[in-house]
Amino acid sequence: MEVEDLFKNYGDRVAVGGLNIQVKEGEIFGLIGPNGAGKTTALRVISTLLQITSGRVRVFGLDVDSEPDEVRKIISYLPEDAGAYKNLTGRKYLDFMSSFFASGKERESMLKKGIEITDLADRIDSKVETYSKGMTRRLLIARAVMTSPRLAILDEPTSGLDVINAKEIRDLVKKMSSEGMSILLSSHNMFEVEFLCDRVALINEGVIIEKGTPDELKSKYGVKNIEEVFTEVVG
Amino acid sequence: MSDIGGIIKKELRELLTLQSIIPIMVMALVFGSLGTSFSGMDQASQPPIVGLVDLDGGEYADIVTSTVLNNSDVIYQGISIEEGKQAVRDNNAGALLVIVDGFSSDITDNRSGQMEIYWYMKGTGIMETISLANVNVLMAEINTNLSRAIIADGSGLDANITLSPMVASDNTMVKDKEMDGVNPMVVSAVIDQQNIMMPILIMLVIVLIGGIVISSMGMEKENKTLETLLTLPISRTSIVAGKLIGAAVVGLIFGGIYMIGLGVYLQSFSASTSIDLSQYGLTLDALDYVVIGVMMFLTILSALAICMILGAFAKNYKSAQSLTLPVTLLAMIPMFVIMLSDFSNLSIEFQVLLFAIPFTHPMMAIENLMFDNWTLVIGGLAYNLAFSLATIYVAVRIFKSDVLLTGLGWTREKLRKRMRR
Repeated sequence: MEVEDLFKNYGDRVAVGGLNIQVKEGEIFGLIGPNGAGKTTALRVISTLLQITSGRVRVFGLDVDSEPDEVRKIISYLPEDAGAYKNLTGRKYLDFMSSFFASGKERESMLKKGIEITDLADRIDSKVETYSKGMTRRLLIARAVMTSPRLAILDEPTSGLDVINAKEIRDLVKKMSSEGMSILLSSHNMFEVEFLCDRVALINEGVIIEKGTPDELKSKYGVKNIEEVFTEVVG
Repeated sequence: MSDIGGIIKKELRELLTLQSIIPIMVMALVFGSLGTSFSGMDQASQPPIVGLVDLDGGEYADIVTSTVLNNSDVIYQGISIEEGKQAVRDNNAGALLVIVDGFSSDITDNRSGQMEIYWYMKGTGIMETISLANVNVLMAEINTNLSRAIIADGSGLDANITLSPMVASDNTMVKDKEMDGVNPMVVSAVIDQQNIMMPILIMLVIVLIGGIVISSMGMEKENKTLETLLTLPISRTSIVAGKLIGAAVVGLIFGGIYMIGLGVYLQSFSASTSIDLSQYGLTLDALDYVVIGVMMFLTILSALAICMILGAFAKNYKSAQSLTLPVTLLAMIPMFVIMLSDFSNLSIEFQVLLFAIPFTHPMMAIENLMFDNWTLVIGGLAYNLAFSLATIYVAVRIFKSDVLLTGLGWTREKLRKRMRR
């Protein structure tokens, strides 16, 4: 995925001001930055949700601006505070979502994979409205990755989850990446970023201010972890 | 006390928003103007406007003539029924009163004198029916004056004839149709039974499906499912179409259930006033039903698209509820106006306003088709087709734009800045 000189304005306000990033195939790329830095806006633009003010975004050769329908076939986006249809059971929700990507046996195997990822056992047949936050997030992660997208865009994938649920999701993301899925994620959790990401970019006021592997960044700033890099750069 | 004051302030701030105030103000304005418009049509307190044909010329006919001249505004006085009818139509009068040849001699011979009334209904609304009431008052006055004359003469006629010396047979002219031997109140009652169903049904269906679509959008936003939906590999047009069709099916099912209930309810009033309108050409054929079906479909499509546009601006389920108000208003205004008055009798401003509301057209479709008013029917169909296409286009554009996710916040900010400049 390539983002070249991406600008996104809301009226006179610049939310993203000249973003340049590349995510390689099978790579986990982390976008980190303070609140209001433009992370979610950037992810929404890449996910075809928001229109580009200027610049170019290409996902596996497809242009996000001119070929959004094609892009949506190979990506999956998990918003930070996403929800699922509460009147459906977990199984029916996954089945409904899989219907947009496949049919017949392929759809069945997609659903099976989704159910396995949720690890909800017999609760998969309970209505979503009865799920805890962790269960709902697992269901949504399963929805995002069961379709085997070439690029998964995850906005704060472990936001609001307890330690165990968050670890399970991090392990899942790592596994998906090892299977060849490219992942672009944003997070406030620096430990998570350091653990998961092959490369990270620090964004502030809509602009990338630092970029590299966690080790490169730590060495450059002579600090022990990414949290300190973040404090050095943004603070 | 100050705590309560704070809470009251907070509640008022939340409830008294532009979104909630504007529809109420519009409603008050529309009904205010409607009242002014109807006040011009209220002739109940004024002398009736009638035509008079005297084919008798006898002494009792003279009493009728003098009573009519003293108590009404006579727009035709002569001996031709056809000319009289034309004058009544041309002057929007209430009725043509015809004193039948032999009127005076019948009374003298101890029989009721015959009169014919050609009632003229300018429309089928409640206001048009009320305006006929003062002609009835005039007929009662004629009877009274005839009785007085008979008693003063001391002619010793039968008591029944003395008290009711005149018998009138009713004929009704509705627009360009004529119904011999039929009282206008009966015509009005029967047409109302058929016409009242449509406006109420349309209003109910629109309010129902409007609520469904807008709430669905509000729920998508509240439950945070919209973003996921918009990143699925389906076109925005398909999402809009799917939502429209889903809501239309539910709306039609709900509307059908309401229609059955309403039909049974109205049927209970109809038994005593039934006349067969088909013998006067006031009936619907297969083509008419097809036209009504197409009109309904286009109207529902328009309503859904409007709601989809409004729903796009809902922040959550609660704000979605207040957004249904404009649609409810748009459905209620034509419903009330059409039940009260005929479209052709409204002022030109109101006609334009009603025509511009797509929900008006199916509400008056049955009556227009019955009276072969194809100009309004075809005009309504064309308008509703154009309106539904335009609104669906706007809805799809909104679904393709950022507004769906970001709202109008920054647009308002931009507008404010421009206004400051």
